[in-house]
Amino acid sequence: MNRMPSRDEIARDGPWLDEAETHRRLERTWETPKGLWGWLSTVDHKMIGRRYIATAFIFFALAGLLALVMRLQLAAPESGLVSPDRYNQLFTMHGTTMMFLFAVPVMEAFATYLVPLMVGTRSIAFPRLNAFSYWIYLFGGIMLWVAFALNIGPDVGWFAYVPLSGPQYSPGKRADMWAQLVTFTEIAALAVSVEIIVTVLKQRAPGMALNRMPIFVWGQLVTSFMVIFAMPAVMLSSSMLIMDRLVGTHFFNKAEGGDALLWQHMFWFFGHPEVYIIFLPATGFVSSIIPVFARRPIFGYTALVLALFATAILGFGLWVHHMFATNLPHLGNSFYTAASMTIAIPSGIQIFCWIATLWGGRPRFDTPLLFAVGFVVVFVLGGLSGIMLASVPLDLQVHDTYFVVAHFHYVLIGGAVFPLLGAVYFWFPKLTGRMLNEVAGKVHFWLFFIGFNVTFFPMHLLGLEGMPRRVYTYPPGLGWDGMNLTATVGASILTISLIVFAANVWFSIVRGRVAGANPWDAGTLEWAMPSPPPSYNFAHIPVVGSQDPLWDEADGLPAVSGLRIDQREVLLTTAVDAEPDVREPMPKPSIWPLISALALTGMLVGSIFTPWAVLWGSIPVAIAVTAWFWPKSPPDTPEPAID
Amino acid sequence: MTAETRFLTDLAHLPTHGHGPRGITWWGTMGFVAIEGTVFVLAVAAYFYLMGHEQSWPPSQPPPDLMWGTIQLGAILASMIPNLWARKAGLQEDLGKVRIALVIMSVVGLIPLGIRIFEFYGLNCLWTDNAYGSIVWLILGLHTLHLLTDVGDTLVLTVLMFTKHAEPRRFTDVTDNCTYWNFVVLSWVPIWALIYLAPRVV
Repeated sequence: MNRMPSRDEIARDGPWLDEAETHRRLERTWETPKGLWGWLSTVDHKMIGRRYIATAFIFFALAGLLALVMRLQLAAPESGLVSPDRYNQLFTMHGTTMMFLFAVPVMEAFATYLVPLMVGTRSIAFPRLNAFSYWIYLFGGIMLWVAFALNIGPDVGWFAYVPLSGPQYSPGKRADMWAQLVTFTEIAALAVSVEIIVTVLKQRAPGMALNRMPIFVWGQLVTSFMVIFAMPAVMLSSSMLIMDRLVGTHFFNKAEGGDALLWQHMFWFFGHPEVYIIFLPATGFVSSIIPVFARRPIFGYTALVLALFATAILGFGLWVHHMFATNLPHLGNSFYTAASMTIAIPSGIQIFCWIATLWGGRPRFDTPLLFAVGFVVVFVLGGLSGIMLASVPLDLQVHDTYFVVAHFHYVLIGGAVFPLLGAVYFWFPKLTGRMLNEVAGKVHFWLFFIGFNVTFFPMHLLGLEGMPRRVYTYPPGLGWDGMNLTATVGASILTISLIVFAANVWFSIVRGRVAGANPWDAGTLEWAMPSPPPSYNFAHIPVVGSQDPLWDEADGLPAVSGLRIDQREVLLTTAVDAEPDVREPMPKPSIWPLISALALTGMLVGSIFTPWAVLWGSIPVAIAVTAWFWPKSPPDTPEPAID
Repeated sequence: MTAETRFLTDLAHLPTHGHGPRGITWWGTMGFVAIEGTVFVLAVAAYFYLMGHEQSWPPSQPPPDLMWGTIQLGAILASMIPNLWARKAGLQEDLGKVRIALVIMSVVGLIPLGIRIFEFYGLNCLWTDNAYGSIVWLILGLHTLHLLTDVGDTLVLTVLMFTKHAEPRRFTDVTDNCTYWNFVVLSWVPIWALIYLAPRVV
């Protein structure tokens, strides 16, 4: 353009536009269209994040119900409530759903929602991939649960050891459902991880150098790298399993040169990092909650970040401790014992930093902090039994007993679910605009804390008394009856606590106290905009000068101007120092991620029944993906002249 | 933020696309390269693991025919030359050159796929024979999948660059596509050595 643009033609934010007009134009550019079509085609990371969170909690509830049925079955010896075959499906579905459909997805769900807000950008990187990821996750979960309803739910345990899960001992389609579910969830998780890494490294607000990033964002960044290097192992091994079962390969068939332990190595090369993939985001929750309620900046920022890296690296070096009961060289076992004990050091550093933050602050024991403190208590107990299990002689004694069940529930519920529930109380006002009820929250916390310990502490003793895991019943007179009944009572208390939680969420969404932008007076960027956030997140991209910008900029955040507001555009900054570099256009809503996910689902489900589905199914996938990437007409309006 | 937002600087002068690490697609491509590279590494690890359980390798069949694999190595390495030229044209944002380069790359990408058919025939085993056959087919299949997806991507991009959608920012798609092809090419070198040389060396 040769002439100067008129006022109306200026399509960028800045001092020349009044705030109301800026908001109105941004809303027009970024909003998701109303109605079903808009709902199906949205690429708004907040809508997708909320959906992801809600779906993960539904799977949490379903898997929890299965656990309750198992506890009812085990409440008394020789109970006939559940058949042995059904029981095998119950514990497999429980573990598979909790690990693959709840724990990892819910952490990625929070990342999807929060990371763009926390780093100060208007959208997650690759928002259509984000939509695709959600649909693939949802369809995988539906496939598994429909299979369960049709009595073809997997029954080989959540780690599906061969030869049990191989073609010889598991005819039918049950194990295939498990193997294919893994493919669905890993595609979803890998996609989100790439989005998070790129969002964190390239879309941070100007000035948010790496050493000013919230610890939560660090946790998600490190976790995403772990996902990238860990999850391919289970995708590859579950594909090898399905090939052994369907097309006659021999990867795990001893008679033809295969090996069963290959499965265990590959599974646990994923499976152990998986624990930290769940745990590190949870530590991010805790590192977000504790400083806000201690009313002071986090203690030991650098130590906490280094601890995340140390945990991630060590987490890849101890998978063999799951395999101590196999015939591996003793020297190798000693290495993995040492690594398993070493990983307690970074965890210890984190815990001391949190305690120091609380110690040096003025703690306010609202529900989020209660869950954070409950996490520290329960997780330390789980860590202690972990140190015990790292010792080979002890591990051999309690291998496959309830001691192990107790340990990993202390680590996983303690290490992930406690912080997660704290996170829900903490960020609920941001997601919904309303506060959760505080009294109900405290009732929830105490019932949950007590119920958890009553359920799982006796399992340590049951394990030491020799009760194996995964048995559908046990004879009377072994000394197990009382502790099993106690555990079932505890499970009932846990259930009641979660009903309180669900009711609190429901009533608070409808008529909770209105939250405002920053109800906890927190310091990070996600609290800078109204609750719930507008579609464009930030009216102006803020400039960040510290780790807690909202605490340190009393007069409001300074900002940069000049981003287009008539088109979706985000600011790209340099990876380390976050210097402004490029204005990157962002894609609009599209139905094609959903169609691509449907096409891929057809191919993956079909391939359980015939290998030809891979060939023919790839055609609709290719068409849908091409349509997804193909630019839509008319092309975007050209750049307006710079004023 | 209130009406009194303090604007520190104006960014309207920034470009709307950047090649390589300046853009997000490059980082996304690197993410997927890391994922797929991990898959290759793990498959190779499984190969050696299975090899360690056998007295001889291959256990009961001749090693794969060296000829087609080596022709493939030559063809695929040679494809780097037009690929690097395509990347340079993309960096220069020269639409005419980019179009020629992409047409060449579409054809050049099909050649390894053709050779690959003969490679499968020359493996001298089937995936159903034994674990050795299974892992060799798996690894070669994985690499073929990468060839297929990148050739598909190149074909779509080629067509795109002949339409009205060939805007300046599409040049970054061209350079990122070239980066990905480099990964497909360079990953073939160790895989070729594994499939064709390892059975002859041990």
